[in-house]
This record gives sequence, C-alpha cells and structure tokens, in this order.
Amino acid sequence: MLEAVLTGAVAGGTSILFPVVGETFTERSGVINLGTEGSMLAGALTAYIVGIESGSVWLGALAGAVAGAALALVHAFMVLTRGANQIATGLVVTFLGIGLTALFGQDYVGQGVNAFAAVPIPVLSDIPFIGPILFNHDPLTYIAIISGPLAWLVLFRTRFGLMVRAAGERPEVLVAYGMSATQIRYLATVLGGSLAGIGGAQLSTAFTLNWSENMTVGRGFVAVSLVIFAAWDPLKAIIGAYLFSGAIALQLQLQARGTDVSQYLLQAVPYLTVIVILAALSRHRAHDAPESLSRVF
Amino acid sequence: MKIRRTRAAVVPALLALALVAAACGSDDDTGGDTSAPADSTAPGATAAEGGSAAPASTGAVDTVGFIFVGPKDDFGYNQAAYAGSEAVKSAFGDLTVLQAENVPETAESEAVMQDMIDKGADLIFATSFGHLEFAENLAAKNPDVVFVHQGGLETEPKLDNMGTYFGTVYEPVYTAGIAAGQVSKTGKLGYVYAFPIPQTLANINAFTLGAQSVNPDIETIAVSTGSWCDPALQAQAAQTLIDEGADVITQHQDCTKTIVEAAEAAGVYSVGYHADASALAPTGWITGSEWDWTALYTDIVQTLIDGKFAASPYNGDYRVGLQTGDNPFIQSAFGKMVTPETIALIDAAKESFTAGGSPFTGPVVNQDGDTVWAEGETPTYADIEQMDFFVNGVTGSTS
Repeated sequence: MLEAVLTGAVAGGTSILFPVVGETFTERSGVINLGTEGSMLAGALTAYIVGIESGSVWLGALAGAVAGAALALVHAFMVLTRGANQIATGLVVTFLGIGLTALFGQDYVGQGVNAFAAVPIPVLSDIPFIGPILFNHDPLTYIAIISGPLAWLVLFRTRFGLMVRAAGERPEVLVAYGMSATQIRYLATVLGGSLAGIGGAQLSTAFTLNWSENMTVGRGFVAVSLVIFAAWDPLKAIIGAYLFSGAIALQLQLQARGTDVSQYLLQAVPYLTVIVILAALSRHRAHDAPESLSRVF
Repeated sequence: MKIRRTRAAVVPALLALALVAAACGSDDDTGGDTSAPADSTAPGATAAEGGSAAPASTGAVDTVGFIFVGPKDDFGYNQAAYAGSEAVKSAFGDLTVLQAENVPETAESEAVMQDMIDKGADLIFATSFGHLEFAENLAAKNPDVVFVHQGGLETEPKLDNMGTYFGTVYEPVYTAGIAAGQVSKTGKLGYVYAFPIPQTLANINAFTLGAQSVNPDIETIAVSTGSWCDPALQAQAAQTLIDEGADVITQHQDCTKTIVEAAEAAGVYSVGYHADASALAPTGWITGSEWDWTALYTDIVQTLIDGKFAASPYNGDYRVGLQTGDNPFIQSAFGKMVTPETIALIDAAKESFTAGGSPFTGPVVNQDGDTVWAEGETPTYADIEQMDFFVNGVTGSTS
C-alpha cells in the first residue's frame, strides 16, 4: 500500500510541482500570480493541440510553456505596468484562461492524444520499492523532480537568482545598482507562467491523456498555496507537491479498502493536510516571506 | 507579527479558492450560448430514426428550447442530449430549436430558460439534474409553456405543464456487468464514480449483480472522486483500483476518456459509460452503455404538438426501460473477448426485463447482509430511484 501511495504521489504530483517551482520564482521577485491556474489550463490545451497537430509531444510541451507564459505576461503587464491589484488581476487571468481554453478546446474534447510514454530508467527502475516510485515515469516527471534542485541553484547560486530575490526583498537595492526591479519581475512572472504551462502539459499529455474543459479543477490555486507551504524554497516544493498528491492517493486507497469513513471527509484530506502543516509551520516561516510580498496583502 | 497573521489568512483563502474551483466544474463558462440556429430547416437526414413519420406539422407549437449543463461535445452526457436536440430539429422541419450549452445548475439557468420563453419557446427540455428546481419555478410562472426535465423527480405541487423523463440507466449497466463478470480473471471489478446519489448507487449495484449472476464471488471496489469530471483524480483513482487487483475498470463520470485510457495502458479491461469509447481501448474494451435520445425527445415534442401532453405519461415522472418501451440507454458494441454464451445470457436478461423483471429482482442483499428485496420481489422504478445502499460484494462507502 505504501508503495502504491508513493507511486501515486509522484505520478499525480508532477503537474502541481511545475507550477509550484514556477510560482516560487514569481513570488521570490515580489509578485503573486493567482493566474497560475489559467496558465496551467492554457498549457494543458495548447500542448494537447500542438501535440496532435505536429505529431511531437515535446513540441506540444514547449507550446504549452509558451501559452502559460503568455497568460502570465498579461498578469505581469496589468500589475507591473498598469499597477493593478495583484489578487484581482490573477483571478481575472485565471477566468480568462478558463474561458479561452473552453472555447478553443471544444473540438478536442474526447479526441485522440499524442501522449508522453513512460520511460523506465534502466537498472534504477528495477530497484525494489524505490524503482517503481521514482524511476518508472514519463520524461516530464523526471524533469519536474530535477527542476526543484535546479531552481534552488538558480535562485541561490546565480546572479539572476540574486536579482530575483533582490527584487522581492529590497527592490531599492536593484535600483541603486542601476537595474530595474520591474524587468526582473516581468522575467520571473513569465518564467513562472511557462512552468505552470508545462505542468498543464504534463497533466493533459502525460498523466490524464485527456483534454476537458477546466480540467485542472483548482490545482493551480493549490500550487500557489504550496509555495507558501514550501517557504519559497524550490526543494521543499517537491515535498509539498508530492505530499498533496500523496494525500489524494492515500484517500483513494482508503476508499478502495472499504474504510468506513465518509468519502467527503476523505476527499478533504489533501486540503486538510496542507492547512494543518501550514498552521504548524507558519510560526517559523514568517521571516521567509519575500519582503515585497507583504505589500500585496 | 502582522505578516504572519495576514499570511495565515491567505493560505486557507487560497485553498478555499481551489475547492471552489473544484466544485464549480464546468460551470465557469457561464455565457450560455443561446442561439437560434439558422439551419433549423436542415435536411431531414436523421428524421427517419426519429420514430415520427416525415416532418410533422407543428401547429401552435413552433419553438422548442434545450439547455445543457456542459459543452455539446463532451464525449458524454451532454453530447448525447445535444444529438437528441439535433434529431428533433431534423424530425420537425418547421420547428425552431433553441440550444444553450454550459448552462450552470444555478439561477442562471432560470435566466437562460426565461430568455427562451421570451423568444417564443413552447417547450423546454432542461437536461441536467440540477436544472430541476429552476424549471419548476418557471413552470409555475408560465402555465402556457411546457417544461420537461431529464433525470429528476417532480416536487409538489405537480403542474399540468411539467414533467420528468429518464431512461433506466442500470439495465444496460447490469448486462455490461454480466460481460465483465465473465471476462474478469481476478474476480475484482473497479468502479470510479462521482457522488453517492441513487443513480450512481443503482449503477454500481446493477453492475455488481450482473457480474455476480455469472460469478457469485465477484467483488466491486467503488471509489468516488467527488467530481463529474476531474481527469487527474480519475487517473489516480483508476490506478488505485488496478493496484487493488481490479482487472475490469468502469465508471460513472461525465468525461470518460482518462479512465478508459488508463485501463488500456495498464493492460486491464474497461467498460464504458455515456459514449462508445471502444476506439480508445482496442484490446481491453468489453462493452459500455450510451444514450440515444432520438425517439424519446421526438415523441415528447410530437405529444405536445398533438395537444396531448397533459394526459400523457410525460406529464409526470416518466421512466422508460425495457419494461415500458425503448430504453434510450443502449448497450455499446461488445469486444472480442465476450463469448457468444455470454451474449446469450445478456439477451436472456434483457428479455426478462422486457417481461417485467428488473436487475434488482430479489434476493437483493445490502453490504450489511440485510435483505432489501426478498426472493422474487421486483422493486418499481420509483423504488430504485431512492436507492441508498451498496449490495453485498461492493467495497465502498455510501456516506
């Protein structure tokens, strides 16, 4: 049962992990993007369509990233250039994403898909227990897992990462160095949107092999809250995304085993898990928040 | 200090948003595409299957409206209802047919239907479960307009211009269960469903009883997703059932593709629902059930045109199954693994339903071992629509 739950956690959590890592960049720069949900949907549909029409799943994923980035650019323009409220704009961008994808996705509902296949990693996938959990997935899942440490390196060990963090913590320092916090925030927001788009692509072309209207059903919002759970740390984001997805796998397992607990309660378990852990950790996490973010609220 | 407190408030708010988004389902595109199609006099290519002879004279009835909760091409429930409305269009040449997709199960549906009334609708088909109370509200206010609702049960007071209709969905699900019971090697069937409402419980029970009729030891594992369409949860649910040893996977969901694909990829069998998805599972497709509303929709329209609605069974809670006529819920094509002997058993079951039997003819025993319907007892359609239990052999919770 543990192996099944953990395998399910990784398989189902990948589409959330990408936007969590992406939104970590965005928030580190001082922008909150609730349009992440919309970017995921845009990525899911675009990857689905481009994957079918071009015959290449990789081209599909790339197009998904571009579509997610495009919606994030709308968010960035509204809040950074036009000075609109971040929360309200993010929600509007999400609804824009839901509406546009519903419209353009109509012809693709129930259509065949060009899908990513599982690529078991030789030798490693044969290791008992660990093998099936970590090393028998589609390529995007491996990329998602690597993206955590990679994002950590970029954020904390590169000049670009330093500028992103400076934009979020002390934008005036950037200005003193003759750089524009706005430009960095544009970059970080668009990067976040592109990763959300890849997450959507994984959802539609690797995990569910399906396009249907509003198919993310709130996962983008979950991703935004997991960023806070992970204390804006891309390494902890991996734990957050897989914990949430693992809780889903666990509640399904409990149902399948005939546990005499209300299914409605079981279905709330993933959300409750996140809330409980956040409540337990938030006391220690307060100082981790990028300074500029507090101005959003 | 201040930062921490505000953040503590933000996170539950985000999660609440996620839950709301999850609950909203496909309701977000609330525009409601109400359009009077220009091609309402389309060639009657499908008129013949309408069950009514040639384009009929429409007399005083000149406009019929249909509202659908989802998109017309969802590869499932709404697509089937939409196809039914198109069949009405073809069968009645000079009838104006109004169609509105993505009409949520909220007061918005009342506004969309009111709009149809303003455009002259004489009859409105409200085709989703949650449209009922809004259709009833309007029926009370508009005695000259007839409302028929798909799948619900009328509440008091019953009106002369209101009715409900539905197929007995569990009949082809029972016969699909016979095929599943024959095909399964592990003796475990997996069922992904949305919510524990009578309709889903009846399907899960019928499927299980059908399978048990050929293999008494069959077990069905039922897992709910809490949603009519959440593909990621569906994928995880299907995997969970496969991990638990189920080698036939079926479902009661609105969007069906993910689960069929997941079963096929895992090398297990699938039984479809709402739509023929056999193309998605060339090796594992056993059978399924799908809607064909053509005959029923056209007959309801014809009844109104003939001025006989108030005296007809449609002015009430009309349920059509093999016992009373042509079930609009039909069996999909069988896969190659279904043997002629099994098909003979399925035909025999259908004959017994036509002769007055039911998938739930006793003995029917619930999960706790209590007898619900005794040996030889046949529940009515109304009894079945109140179903609130799982039969013996189902693993799952109804609460």
